[in-house]
Amino acid sequence: MSVDLKGLKLYERVYVGHAMLTGEVVRIEKDRAVVQVYEDTRGLAASEPVKGVGRPLTVRLGPGLLGGMFDGLQRPLERLKAEMGPFITGSREIYALDYMKRWEFTPVLKNGDVVRPGQVIGTVQEGQFQHSMMSGPDESGTIARIAEGSISLDEPLGDYTDEREIPGCHEWPVRIARPFRRKFSPVEPLITGQRSIDFLFPLARGGTAIFPGGFGTGKTILEQSVAKFADVDIVVYVGCGERGNEMADMIAEFEELRDPWTKRPLRERTVLVVNTSNMPVAAREASIYTAVTMAEYYRDMGYHVLFLADSLSRWAEALREISASLEEMPGEEGYPTYLSSRLSGFMERAGVVETLSGKIGSLSMILSVSPPGGDFTEPVTQACLRTTGAFLMLDTSLAHRRHYPAINWFQSYSLYAGEVAVHYRKKISEEWDDMLVRCRQILQQEESLREVAEIVGAEGLQDADRLLMRTAERIRTDFLQQNAYSEDGFSPPEKTLALIKRIIADHDRAGGKLKEGMTLDEAIKAEDK
Amino acid sequence: MRLSEHIYRTISTIAGPLLFVQNVFSARIGEVVTIHTPDGRNMEAEVLEIEGDTVLIEAYGGTQGLDIERTSVSFTDAIKKVPLSSDIVGRIFNGSFEPKDGAPMFIPERLTPITGAPMNPSARARPADFIETGFSPIDGLNTLVRGQKLPVFSAAGLPSKEVVAAILRNSRLADSSKKFVVVFAALGLTFHEYAFYLKVLEDMKTGFVAFVNMADEPVMERLLAPRFALTVAEYLAFEKGMDILVIITDMTNYCDALREISTAREELPGRRGYPGYMYSDLASLYERAGRIYGKEGSVTMLPVVTMPEDDITHPIPDLTGYITEGQIVLSRELHQKGIFPPMDVLPSLSRLMQKGIGEGHTRADHRKVSNNLYKYYAKGRDLRRLEAIVGRDGMTKADILMLDFADAFERDFVGQGMTRRTVIETLDTGLALMRKFSLEVN
Repeated sequence: MSVDLKGLKLYERVYVGHAMLTGEVVRIEKDRAVVQVYEDTRGLAASEPVKGVGRPLTVRLGPGLLGGMFDGLQRPLERLKAEMGPFITGSREIYALDYMKRWEFTPVLKNGDVVRPGQVIGTVQEGQFQHSMMSGPDESGTIARIAEGSISLDEPLGDYTDEREIPGCHEWPVRIARPFRRKFSPVEPLITGQRSIDFLFPLARGGTAIFPGGFGTGKTILEQSVAKFADVDIVVYVGCGERGNEMADMIAEFEELRDPWTKRPLRERTVLVVNTSNMPVAAREASIYTAVTMAEYYRDMGYHVLFLADSLSRWAEALREISASLEEMPGEEGYPTYLSSRLSGFMERAGVVETLSGKIGSLSMILSVSPPGGDFTEPVTQACLRTTGAFLMLDTSLAHRRHYPAINWFQSYSLYAGEVAVHYRKKISEEWDDMLVRCRQILQQEESLREVAEIVGAEGLQDADRLLMRTAERIRTDFLQQNAYSEDGFSPPEKTLALIKRIIADHDRAGGKLKEGMTLDEAIKAEDK
Repeated sequence: MRLSEHIYRTISTIAGPLLFVQNVFSARIGEVVTIHTPDGRNMEAEVLEIEGDTVLIEAYGGTQGLDIERTSVSFTDAIKKVPLSSDIVGRIFNGSFEPKDGAPMFIPERLTPITGAPMNPSARARPADFIETGFSPIDGLNTLVRGQKLPVFSAAGLPSKEVVAAILRNSRLADSSKKFVVVFAALGLTFHEYAFYLKVLEDMKTGFVAFVNMADEPVMERLLAPRFALTVAEYLAFEKGMDILVIITDMTNYCDALREISTAREELPGRRGYPGYMYSDLASLYERAGRIYGKEGSVTMLPVVTMPEDDITHPIPDLTGYITEGQIVLSRELHQKGIFPPMDVLPSLSRLMQKGIGEGHTRADHRKVSNNLYKYYAKGRDLRRLEAIVGRDGMTKADILMLDFADAFERDFVGQGMTRRTVIETLDTGLALMRKFSLEVN
């Protein structure tokens, strides 16, 4: 959509038409601007008014986000439902934060203190979390008066000496990363409770990982399992262009389930951003930025935050649709040529940082990718591979055999394995590495034996090889497979190690008996006794 | 809001279904337009783009015989709406919502925009009520639940219409003998298929609503008919409290129509010439299935997709699979073995099954039976490759047992023919089969 309007800024938020549809300026020419509208444009006429608000697309940040559920423009879905009923029919501006709610404010600064950008002014209790009320990253002053006790978000926290108010919450543009003092390399593990991830391809706090897989390979289930069980403080989950029924399922589950680490309801530590596939495409493009900005906000309080998006491909497709409607020159498979730079810019928002207030916080990202036709050479997967720290490939043939999580153990990799292994050695057991090497070897040997077995038949193999095949099968079914719907859905590292140790010990014992001259069947029988 | 109707005779270009009209005052995106043809017909069209006072409109019907001098266009200031009433049950319409059954048009209770509105994710109730289809591979291994969208992936020559017909006849909700009201959208159907489905629908005791676009009728109607069907389905489900089963056949014709129209609009083509927005477009249909908190009814969807060249990675089945909650895949191999229904359970999947089975839904051991059947059948199927290389004689006894199990599974469990099985019969059949081969059930 293009408008004859001067004075608009690039990426400024605008209201379009009598219906006040939300839009964003995406291109500016001499006396004309192109606006991307985030909502259904049906019924819009050529002469309707357009109003700029002077600011880019922002999110509101303050206490009350946790446990909330928002659309791609940070509109709270539950309050939207209360106003419009079960279908999202029109455009309505509803603020993400509840300005009526009262919070108990405890100041940490006093009159005369100097406030630097991003500094903690005081705290309120948000569920189980201490929520730091910070000055905006571009705000500073000297405190003349500071509030204490019951406040609501539309009341100032106090005044600065130059008579400016200290705001109770602030806005931040979604497309700009929130500032921090400095960044560190990720070294601490992010425990997911998934054996195949924690053991074979460990993730790190502050790191990034992608899960690419064709449909039916269990991306969503895996993402949701990680969202439930990961040992982080706060989880921000974006359902980006995915199924409504799955989101309903997840919302219901998060109400019921408890965090295995703190035993508190999962809902209390989660922020959901939901833009299902039938909601407007442009808002889908914005949804991951909206969500990551909220994630950064909690990181800035010194929390460990996990950001999950399902699926990044739907975001890329939204980008492609928007690019096509702007008549830009298409790159590979119709995706705009800036796909990979946008992606890497986005993924770099992850990391371990020292915040402006001097705390250490981390933002980890796990992103699922849905390659068309299950073909990993497509542009989105390839663009992700350039920046991601871990690649967990979901395999269609494993999924067909109901081997879940269907993580392929030959093609996947994690660049954090080295750093994180040090931690596991120290915290869990010195044996961690040895077991990992043994497990890898057995799976590797099985693969080559399988080729032989296909030619000579399983009968034609030697007993030692058949034992190895048997152990490898146990690793696959009893260790790598995990039923997300059972108790086993979450496996702490101690359990993971104990399981693999038992399988390998059994293997070594049976191997010893073979050397003593027993046949495989006898050795197995002796084991069973 | 305009108070008078405006008629324009300012058409500047006609190309395929597209017309440019000049000097138009205040048109709206998506506005319904009537084209008055030189031979006195009236045809509907929709506003696609507005550039200053030049408007691009797209005709729903055939544009043959239009000219620039005598064709006129009137703007209605309304967007496309669907007439709704309880009287709609039992009726058959064409792809332009005109009665096809000889009876007069009903009197609408109200009009609703055709595209519907996206359901607020927080208003969705999670689908968990079991639907018995009567087919073992579905009920036992890929269970369908109320509010789910589960497509049937078929291929040319496979008996998809017999499968769909049997599901229509046999489907029941678990809690009672309550049956579905069927909303049927046929896109690009041949007369042969139409006659078949018509008979099935008329034999059904419960109600149905049908929208039929025949193979020789306008392509644009193929994009409208499923939207009519779904708007009617949402109305009957969420306002009249009915359980609706929406059957759309064939989605491949829908996508081809979408491609044809997209090309006519000179849009940039994506994979295999299909438009880049096909995912969002398909989602705008499929995502209308579901249930709402605090409402009685439900919309369950069973679209049929014919995989071109039997290829499941073709954009149509691929994008469908990414949106729907699983898929039922028909296999040419099983069909050639004479097995009906020829459902290949390995690539088939029902994502919402876990919530709809077990104690209180079907039977406590359902999950166990289903997991075991899968495990053993997958193993047997794997071994077939080995058998092809080393021959049956070169295999261990245990392997031969698995091979025989896989054959028996296809023959006795999947290949039930036209008989209807209850889910209890399905589970017992599965258990008996594993017992026969003395396989552990754990």
